[in-house]
Amino acid sequence: MKQYGGVIKPKTKRAKRFLDNRAPKLTENVKNAMIMKGGNTSMTVTQALKDIYALKKPSAVLYKKKNITRPFEDSTSLEFFSKKTDSSLFLFGSHNKKRPNNLIFGRLFDFHVLDMIELGIEKYNSLSDIKSSKCPEGTKPMLVFAGDAFDHENEHKCLKSLLTDFFRGPVVPSVRLAGLEHVLHFTALEGKIYMRSYRSLLKKSGCRTPRIELEEIGPSFDFILRRTHLASDDLYKTAHKQPKALKPKKKKNISHDTFGTKFGRLHMQKQDLAKLQTRKMKGLRKRRGPAAAAVVAGETSLKTTEVE
Amino acid sequence: MAACSIEDVLAKAEQDEAEKLKSITVQKELDIEFDIGNLVAYDKNRIDIRQFREQKKDDFLRSLARDNTQLLINEIWKHPTERVEEVIVVKLPEPTTALPREKPPPKPRPPTKWEEFAKLKGIQKKKKTNLVWDDVAKNELHRLRNIARAQKIKVPGVGLTPTAQQSTTDLSRAVNVAKVSTASAGKFQDRLPKEKAPRNTGKKRKFQPVIGNFSSEKQRQLDLLKVMDSKKPRLDVNKAVNKQMREDDREESAAKFRKGGKKGRKGGNFSGKGKGKGGGGKGRAGGKGQGPPGGKKGAGKR
Repeated sequence: MKQYGGVIKPKTKRAKRFLDNRAPKLTENVKNAMIMKGGNTSMTVTQALKDIYALKKPSAVLYKKKNITRPFEDSTSLEFFSKKTDSSLFLFGSHNKKRPNNLIFGRLFDFHVLDMIELGIEKYNSLSDIKSSKCPEGTKPMLVFAGDAFDHENEHKCLKSLLTDFFRGPVVPSVRLAGLEHVLHFTALEGKIYMRSYRSLLKKSGCRTPRIELEEIGPSFDFILRRTHLASDDLYKTAHKQPKALKPKKKKNISHDTFGTKFGRLHMQKQDLAKLQTRKMKGLRKRRGPAAAAVVAGETSLKTTEVE
Repeated sequence: MAACSIEDVLAKAEQDEAEKLKSITVQKELDIEFDIGNLVAYDKNRIDIRQFREQKKDDFLRSLARDNTQLLINEIWKHPTERVEEVIVVKLPEPTTALPREKPPPKPRPPTKWEEFAKLKGIQKKKKTNLVWDDVAKNELHRLRNIARAQKIKVPGVGLTPTAQQSTTDLSRAVNVAKVSTASAGKFQDRLPKEKAPRNTGKKRKFQPVIGNFSSEKQRQLDLLKVMDSKKPRLDVNKAVNKQMREDDREESAAKFRKGGKKGRKGGNFSGKGKGKGGGGKGRAGGKGQGPPGGKKGAGKR
């Protein structure tokens, strides 16, 4: 019988299903994001939050009221909200004189803050500013990260992981080829991060793979990296730990070498080499008299044999 | 001459191929890395800042994005596709980027009371193999069915025809049926010391389904009403005759007893027996003769 850690023990099957959906699982659900406003927000920030909510729908919740908290100082109210809505990503927008047009992207592990990164909006074009036909809601976007900063700098690496987590959508086994429409492009250059959102048009090329033409649709941001709060290494390690059941099962006695050849191992009983049945060569038969020494025609090796 | 033309043809073919591929090839210094499971591409090339400043920012970014997306699409198109309900779908591999989990992995649930007991006792779960139709049993069943059809008798139940695997219930049922199929309906068959009496050997009541044949139900209801309406009582001849006979017997035996009880008590038993038998026989014959008219009278009195 499952122990329901929590105040409520389910009395109906529907409640039980609801709680089971929120319980820790082997393969997890899509990460939900909660988008909220701080004590003071500007037009830019509210519009930006609405646009990102549109990108992240339906696995996001947008809160209308202002929450007077400071995530970098006190994260208890964030954790409370995440427990209520079962969200593990958050986006907190605020505006004050010291940090104008501030967005904090963050994620939680086990309802405690894992890491958060603060980005300031320098330039912003909203969805409504750019007049073009948009992609349908819920399309899985293609993500591109350009710039060597994403590879060299620690904070940028963390930002890359966070943005992938935020925008990737549900993990699917297959995707419709015609539905690969949405592209989110992040460029890291000179301490700034440029985010652009395009709609990809698949044009005919001579061969099977189509030629891509891009059309800018969605919100475009020019971010500047401000504060960060990264978790300790062992917290990261715990968060990345995958359950053993998900590991692919290793087949015994099969190995691959560097060229990709598959090798198999056969285990044989001990054989008496003198009494082996080999090919009968009449000429090599033992003759009475000073005959040539019998040569065993083949020696079977007991070790590896090439398979395939 | 022919050789020249072949070379020309080949050269032309190569040119065509190159042109075709030109539209989708992209030149990059460093190859970009992909995580197709997540549809992500990582371009680690250095970005030329001067070029970035010369051009308009958006145009530069757009062309960079176009190149990177083209490479990503090329990579996606390399994967196997399949057709699912008139739609072409590409099968994505497992995602390769390690992303942190939402919640810690689930803990194994504690064993139930039965599981603990089974572990203690060493009971293992026995997997029931899928039942496969046995050819030998099929032949046997058909043979018995043919015999039944030929002799117009009923086939014994499915459990009684021999099959390869017989469960305990089948065997016990077979034993019980065999026990009852003696001349005296199993009355004198002894049970083994620890054998239990067979249960569920009563007559099974059969009911008509609630919503079945409407016309037959209607007919039944109407017949019932007709019987309830009729003034004449229904007569079961057999029942009436038997009842009358029993009454006569009782009267006779009562009379004999009174006679025998008053007079000869010594030989009372013997005389009673003989007289009773003889009397009974005579009485019965008489009774039988009178039966039907008597019966009708009796019914009338009733």
